[in-house]
Amino acid sequence: MGLLSRKDSKLILDPLADDNPITIQVLGICSALAITAQLKASIVMAVSVLFVLGIGNVVISLIRNIIPSKIRIIVQLTVVAALVIIVDQVLKAFSYQLSKELGAFIGLIITNCIIMGRFEAFALGNGPWRSFLDGIGNALGYGVILIIVGFFRELLGSGTLLGFKVLGDPIAKTGLYSIGYENNGFMLLAPMALIVVGVIIWVQRTRNKALIED
Amino acid sequence: MENRTDKNSYTILFAIGMVLVVGALLAFVASSLKPNIAENKRIEKQQNILYAMGVNENEEGSANFISTDKVADAFTKYITKQLVITNETKAEENKEAYLIDVKKEQSKAKSGEERRLPLFIGEKEGKTFYIAPIRGKGLWDAVWAYVAMDENMIVQGAYFDHQGETAGLGANIKERFFMDDFIGEHLLDASGNFVGINISKSNADPLNKDKTDNEVDAIAGATITGDGVAAMLRSDLKLYVPYFKTLKN
Repeated sequence: MGLLSRKDSKLILDPLADDNPITIQVLGICSALAITAQLKASIVMAVSVLFVLGIGNVVISLIRNIIPSKIRIIVQLTVVAALVIIVDQVLKAFSYQLSKELGAFIGLIITNCIIMGRFEAFALGNGPWRSFLDGIGNALGYGVILIIVGFFRELLGSGTLLGFKVLGDPIAKTGLYSIGYENNGFMLLAPMALIVVGVIIWVQRTRNKALIED
Repeated sequence: MENRTDKNSYTILFAIGMVLVVGALLAFVASSLKPNIAENKRIEKQQNILYAMGVNENEEGSANFISTDKVADAFTKYITKQLVITNETKAEENKEAYLIDVKKEQSKAKSGEERRLPLFIGEKEGKTFYIAPIRGKGLWDAVWAYVAMDENMIVQGAYFDHQGETAGLGANIKERFFMDDFIGEHLLDASGNFVGINISKSNADPLNKDKTDNEVDAIAGATITGDGVAAMLRSDLKLYVPYFKTLKN
């Protein structure tokens, strides 16, 4: 990474693994459970959060010295809400079909605790460039987990990936279904997302013992 | 020393300033995009109506509308008449019937006023379709549909949509595997009484071969959405029954 100093690239790379917002910081679990029944929804949510967190972190960082500390949470919430509404409106005007498919997900970004968490923990104390990198890094870390969870839930729950029937047709009994394989409908329900996230955390901590707390 | 930004007066001024700036920004964005959004919604209504009568670009398994650049021509070509039904059977032509807001008409009916029922008549390959827009409640928010029927109230096609049903579960009402199940289903029973179509969890016909059982197979994990869809079909399509009776006389 010639473009970024080592300290800066750490801001992007750390949240991808050893400081992951979902598996280590335990932020943004709610949306990780809610929207990962399909891979496509996971990808879109990841991209939307990338946009909102990237820009939001910069905005908060730019005004960090003039925000009154008593109402800083309200100010942060207003910034997120405004950004999300703009995303929503622009999508409705220029990509109506996509905005229909996303439905409530866009609005749900406001409630994503990663965003408020990064505003509060990072953007309030750092400059715009570093805040931008931190925002991008954390959104990517969040997105990676979302996509992994979405991949397994859609594959095992519906036998599809991005809507394509990768395991054959469950009704016509082709592919894997011809030898008696069945979709696990339980994978589509929120509790299984928690279990998948749990498995990811387990794998991650097994590989890096330093992450295990006493 | 007290920080400048900790003062109450500063806090209040900042809050007022922030509200003004953000409010103005959002108002500007909303009003400058409003014409685009309204136009998109208008086109979508035409696409929905055409979809229900089988004018669409469906590929295997996926539901695709006719593309936006072709929709205006197709709408004038296939939709021969737009009716507004009042007083149960009185039908009047109205070129903008498709712009009638079903939600508003429903709340009119609730407050005792008369509800206008839009009905679109389409012709395709010698067949006549009667397409009714209906609206109801799912699990989280509104669900609505455009149902194309023949003169015997046998469903010829349907397009379902929703505001915010759960992705992967209730949201699947707008998937082909669910919508296509309705094609050929009867809304009337054998003796001609209106019964609607039930979304059944216990029907012994998952391949939907029996079209006269007034049932289609439910989506697992979407019970309340399914019940909402069935209730919508029952309550809203029932209103069209008197008009369909006049067609036969």
